[in-house]
Amino acid sequence: MCLGVPGEITEIDGSEAIADFWGVERRVRIDVVGDSVEVGDYILNHAGFAIRKIPEREVEETMAIYESLFGDDPDEALDEIGADDDADIDIGRGRPQTTAPGGDAGEQDDD
Amino acid sequence: MSDEQSQGDTDGDVVTVAHGSGSGRTRDFLDERVVPRFDGDGDLPVGLSALDDGAVHNIGDQSVVVTTDSHVVSPLSFPGGDIGRLAVAGTVNDLAVMGATEPLSLTCSLVVEAGTPVDLLDAILDSMERTCEAAGCAITTGDTKVMGSGEVDGVVINTTGVGLVPTGEHVPDAGLSPGDKLVLSGPVGDHGITLLAEREGFDIEGDLESDVAPVNDIVAAALDAGQVTAMKDPTRGGFATAVNEMVRKAEVGATLDEPAIPVRDPVASTGELLGIDPLDVANEGKVLFGVASEDADSVLDAIREVPGGEEAALVGEVTDENRGRVVLDTGFGQRYLSEPEGEQLPRIC
Amino acid sequence: MTTDAGDLKFRDPETAQEIAADIEAQMERIGESIEIMHVCGSHEQVIAKFGLRSMLPDDLSVTMGPGCPVCVTNMPEVDEAVALAEAGKTVVTYGDMFKVPGSARSLADAKADGASVEVIYSASEAVELAEDNPEEDVVFFATGFETTAAPTAAVLQADPPENFYVLSAHKYVPPAMEVVAEMPDTDVDAFLAAGHAATITGYGLFEDFVEEYDLPVVVGGFEPLDVLYGVRRILAFIEAGEGGLDNAYPRCVSREGNTAAMGAIEDVFTRTSGEWRGIADIPDANFELNETYADHSARKQFDIEGVEGDADPLTEECICGDIMAGTASPEGCALFGEECTPQNPVGACMVSDEGTCKIWHEYGGKPDL
Repeated sequence: MCLGVPGEITEIDGSEAIADFWGVERRVRIDVVGDSVEVGDYILNHAGFAIRKIPEREVEETMAIYESLFGDDPDEALDEIGADDDADIDIGRGRPQTTAPGGDAGEQDDD
Repeated sequence: MSDEQSQGDTDGDVVTVAHGSGSGRTRDFLDERVVPRFDGDGDLPVGLSALDDGAVHNIGDQSVVVTTDSHVVSPLSFPGGDIGRLAVAGTVNDLAVMGATEPLSLTCSLVVEAGTPVDLLDAILDSMERTCEAAGCAITTGDTKVMGSGEVDGVVINTTGVGLVPTGEHVPDAGLSPGDKLVLSGPVGDHGITLLAEREGFDIEGDLESDVAPVNDIVAAALDAGQVTAMKDPTRGGFATAVNEMVRKAEVGATLDEPAIPVRDPVASTGELLGIDPLDVANEGKVLFGVASEDADSVLDAIREVPGGEEAALVGEVTDENRGRVVLDTGFGQRYLSEPEGEQLPRIC
Repeated sequence: MTTDAGDLKFRDPETAQEIAADIEAQMERIGESIEIMHVCGSHEQVIAKFGLRSMLPDDLSVTMGPGCPVCVTNMPEVDEAVALAEAGKTVVTYGDMFKVPGSARSLADAKADGASVEVIYSASEAVELAEDNPEEDVVFFATGFETTAAPTAAVLQADPPENFYVLSAHKYVPPAMEVVAEMPDTDVDAFLAAGHAATITGYGLFEDFVEEYDLPVVVGGFEPLDVLYGVRRILAFIEAGEGGLDNAYPRCVSREGNTAAMGAIEDVFTRTSGEWRGIADIPDANFELNETYADHSARKQFDIEGVEGDADPLTEECICGDIMAGTASPEGCALFGEECTPQNPVGACMVSDEGTCKIWHEYGGKPDL
């Protein structure tokens, strides 16, 4: 029902901010994000409003859970919900990267 | 088309934006209201009812290709180009994808709104001049009309192009056969996504530029390198519409490898943000080729040698199965790739 | 730019194949047909766009419930927006609503006739348009579930100009899930709940529902891996023979949700009963502006006249309601792909980009490939 896109806050001016969405920028309102937001934080954008601050730790942990499913006994994998923060995380892409001139797309977030 | 489909044309009894979208509604409009009125096929190898990019007349040992296009764009100038560049490239490209890569003559008919700054018109004409140079063509005749303020939106440019090919060597868009490979000359979605990002209120900033450019050099290189069975420039309606039209006209199917279809990152990102698929929006400097299987590699290599063709890719294959449909292998599973309907709008859902 | 670390990694086909293999093994152990209902058009989008159905076993069906706010927006609500546009107001709305027909016409039709209708990306632009055009009445035809109601509430709280009005067709999902769960011919074994609505409401909201209906409810995200993982969690509940609630989208959903956004929604809106197109009259599932914001309510400030014109007689045959209730699929509709196409839609499910029929028409439901 609701198209939500994660972005990284790059500038804040009162209740307005600029967010970077994989290399393109758009302003987002941060008055109903429900959390304190700083430059460098990730947010979930819906229709020009940040509706959630996305804790980066959660992104990593979720991916670790998915990857921990590999080849494991499924029932056992289900118990691994708290899993392994240090799991090696690959970036899978739906499309090949045809990086724009001057762009640095595809660079991995090394935080 | 069935009776039910014909309803669509007349509901409301007015022309809507959808009639000009380049997809099904446009096709129905042409099939029902335009094509039957004119004896546009005669003994032409490619005539009106083919709804191809241009018409082909055989005269002596030459085939004459004729094409025409009226260009409107808002805003008149956008990142990567303007209406002048679009007006020249659009017609040069329609000739090229019929096989006529050296335009013989280009006309220019200008319709200008009173009040348009002369500087703006100069800039547009400068841009047409530069694009003609790039494409190796000249404007040889034309017409200028001025309309009252509000009677036309800024500037409209019609260009008509004439080109020659040796008789029988034109390339229709309906020539695909099972086994042919599909080669795309570069990343798709740039023009349509750039214009959407520019729209007032959408305000998306990024490394976005229209791809508007003549492609006749790319087409010439491809034709020299191997057997090209069909060509189309995926303009309005995007890559999705072009590939569907080609398989429908040839009564074949196609399977595409989605991860192989090049899309530039900022274009993909803007598409994600607005909820619009880059495969569904206009390109103004790309060509989709059907190529005989054994020539696919040499054609691909030849295109990559031409400036603007560096990112050409082999994107799929023509099949005997799924006639009239395009199957997209997403890397996850498979689905059909259908034509977008009407104007692409951002969605919240 | 470092944001790609964000969600693109949730599109790794190899990981997806692994999860799909697990799902297949689960289904073998379960040994009977399972129907999972999701209630979100964006779930349908990702399932269809990435061809995920073709990765799932045949006896596992994932159907779409009443999760498309465009589809469930009732025809009279669209008629109101069209009437306002034709009465000379500037009507702005999301792209999703632009082409949706009311009983006779859509906003796109009104615009073709010269009415002032604009498509916007964000509620904040609707306000800016009013600020920039103080002499015009700007009516924001506001649609969407709680996720989109929150931005509408935020702009109303931020003291918009006097010439800014809201025509609310916002809807609240949870009561609709109860209606579906109670439909006698519904055969739903579990729900994949909508992650972004739950971002606002919190997943705790579903605790009573799970208690009452004893079904598995898993809140799922919107990347291919999120959806597959959500399905896998649901099947784990089914395999264990129990209902239960799980949050499979923790990066965006918490138990309590976004309390600031819910606070804004509660401040601005009152919930009223009303018809969801094709489904039922659902109690407490429509958001209407409350008295405090009456000055900005299009319904309170304007006398909205009915729209003339006859409804399409084919709408009688349309089974949108059954499709949204999950009791029928588009292939069971005599109009699908014949009288009803994206070019000439009969029902709302064929109009909206997240309508089941439009998506099936566009992508093929589960192509026989």
